[in-house]
Amino acid sequence: MKTIIISIKIFLFFTILTGAVYPLLVTGIAQVVFPEKANGSLIVRDNKIIGSELISQQFDTKKYFTSRPSAVSYNPLPSGGSNYGLTNLKLKNLVAERKKQFIDFNQLDSLTVVPSEMLFASASGLDPHISQKAALLQVDRIAKTRNFNTIQKQNLVQSVKNHTEPPQFLVLGEERVNVLILNLELDKPDRNITNNK
Amino acid sequence: MTAQDFIQIFLFFALLIGLTPVLGNYMYTVFTGKKHIMLPVFGWLEKLAYKSCGIDPAEETNWKSYTFGLLMFNLIGFIFVFLMQLFQAHLPLNPANLPNVSWHSAFNTAVSFMTNTNWQGYAGETTLSYFVQMLGLTVQNFVSAATGIAVLLALIRGISRKTTDKLGNFWTDLTRSTLYILLPLSILFAVVLVGQGVVQNFKTYETVQTLQGAPQIIPMGPAASQIVIKQLGTNGGGFFNANSSHPFENPTPLSNFLEMLSILLIPAALTYTYGKMVGSTRQGWTIFTAMMILFVAGLSISLCAEYSANPIFGHLHLMEGKETRFGITNSILWSTATTSASSGSVNAMHDSLSPIAGMIAMINIMLGEVIFGGVGAGLYGIIIFIIITVFIAGLMVGRTPEYLGKKIEAFEVQMAIIAVLAPNLVIQLFSAWASVSSYGLSSLNNAGPHGLSEILYAYSSAAGNNGSAFAGLNANTVFYNLTLGFGMLIGRFGIIIPVLAIAGTMAKKKITPLSAGTFRTDNWLFIGLLIAVILIIGGLTHFPALSLGPVMEHLQMNSGVTF
Repeated sequence: MKTIIISIKIFLFFTILTGAVYPLLVTGIAQVVFPEKANGSLIVRDNKIIGSELISQQFDTKKYFTSRPSAVSYNPLPSGGSNYGLTNLKLKNLVAERKKQFIDFNQLDSLTVVPSEMLFASASGLDPHISQKAALLQVDRIAKTRNFNTIQKQNLVQSVKNHTEPPQFLVLGEERVNVLILNLELDKPDRNITNNK
Repeated sequence: MTAQDFIQIFLFFALLIGLTPVLGNYMYTVFTGKKHIMLPVFGWLEKLAYKSCGIDPAEETNWKSYTFGLLMFNLIGFIFVFLMQLFQAHLPLNPANLPNVSWHSAFNTAVSFMTNTNWQGYAGETTLSYFVQMLGLTVQNFVSAATGIAVLLALIRGISRKTTDKLGNFWTDLTRSTLYILLPLSILFAVVLVGQGVVQNFKTYETVQTLQGAPQIIPMGPAASQIVIKQLGTNGGGFFNANSSHPFENPTPLSNFLEMLSILLIPAALTYTYGKMVGSTRQGWTIFTAMMILFVAGLSISLCAEYSANPIFGHLHLMEGKETRFGITNSILWSTATTSASSGSVNAMHDSLSPIAGMIAMINIMLGEVIFGGVGAGLYGIIIFIIITVFIAGLMVGRTPEYLGKKIEAFEVQMAIIAVLAPNLVIQLFSAWASVSSYGLSSLNNAGPHGLSEILYAYSSAAGNNGSAFAGLNANTVFYNLTLGFGMLIGRFGIIIPVLAIAGTMAKKKITPLSAGTFRTDNWLFIGLLIAVILIIGGLTHFPALSLGPVMEHLQMNSGVTF
């Protein structure tokens, strides 16, 4: 009996400590030191929140860079991947379809090697990044849709390069570029897409 | 693979090996009651815990009382988390207005978090309120890891003490592990992770209008505080459904590196602590080396498999279920780490790994979660294999087997065999049941041999208290919630109870001094034997099933067959 009472008491002790005090303490520190990040790295434009830098959005019009395929249709509730195995016929067909779609959509040569992240769905369904190569392959199409002149187009290429994040500390992870950030640059009213970062 | 890939892997190992003696030594000072740096910070909390709960920290108990306390404490945790989910709609901190959880899912989740498995049949962001995630799950993340350490400490005392029946005090072991090891590391890492972009707030889900004008609901919550302890405590249960592949759980390569390191940090360091506590750090490094060899072997095979071309996708990088910022190398390093240690958190979808890489993930679990393994659990698990190894070696040379001066007799070997058989039975029997029943098969997401792999992985994950999944399997059904729930219970307590029984009988024995005839357990020969025993037991048990699942799938894939 004594053991049972101790069990209950110490369980309550740990519930308060690790279930309430600890998360509140971390929240307190986080909200003071990194408020924007702790609140989801939200992006505000014209006083409206248009999304999170970390969560990908669907882009299917010709004037924007396209995100990676998402098994959850870019709906974060809930996040997830396709969970298709490599011998799943559905996956094989999807990859073939996406390849054709990417080439047609961007009016590329049919022999173009499409970067694999544009053919395969991400793990979270919310992957905000694509490779620099995948972004550059879309520049011609966007420039054409937006009636860019040669200089504007060159600026767009430069913008993609400026926004490419190298591996962190040059060794960790992969080189990547954030699709939402690129598209926000495209929408800037002055069309001055040379980034002065 | 590029040079950069190898540098990342090298950095990971360098840090892991470098931190092992540092953290290992610190934990040694904590567990042996010596002065340490966290004492001035949290010492008052320890005293407060004992005073408010009526615990006498000096009182030590025998193995039966120790086990009883442990089971009671776990039972209360289970009931609490179970009830909390059943009534979450009536509880506070539920800004998304999530409804009550079904009884079978609540049972599964409560068992899952109590047993340090963190198998998740549900999706966090659409199922559980902040209240349940914090006061229910985060708490279990801490105490289930601390429970694992407590069992290990009892076993170590059983090995290192002589002619006594006292194994220590479960309450002080639990309290010290939580206060001085898990909590400080969690606070430190959590703040760093938020700095990388992990969310930590109590806001309602944010409804936004995307650039293209569509509505998108972005989930929020106190994620960082839970994610850190799920990594450090080898728990693995994500705040969001996509676990550590979710950009809010793991936003950058640095957060990924730190989360990956924190999976193995404590289990690796405990080998050093063990060495110090039994009086020979060489014994600890021997175990560390055996674990490391198995780890590197698994990692190498998985990397080869993932970077190989196949007839279905040619030379495409296999990015299905992987994130751009991590790429293949970081996804595979993680999948190896999370399945070797019984973490189960994922940064890539294991269901979409190449067949051989998926198989290695499964084998890491099937071998008994002893390649570093769970916090505490990995080490007491491998000590079970050590007992079997010295027993077999003893049979071969015709001497009474001994380990660290303790004679290994019939009772210890019987208990060790139970501990090895319990999880393996769960894997084989439940998988067989699921794969011939309509309610088992209707949950599959993939056809052909990969379907069998999904089932096999699920029960391996449950029995090994891992928690990762071939997540295509729809496990949120009555059948899977219950069978996986019982599988987790057997996989956890079917090992803990025999281990504590072994600790109890070992403590009573005398310690035989070292002699020229003593079979050494701290050299390369022993490392080889230990690895052989682990592989033979795991291989004999699971090879037939594996050959019908991932091996078959690999062969089919290489002839271009799809299902």
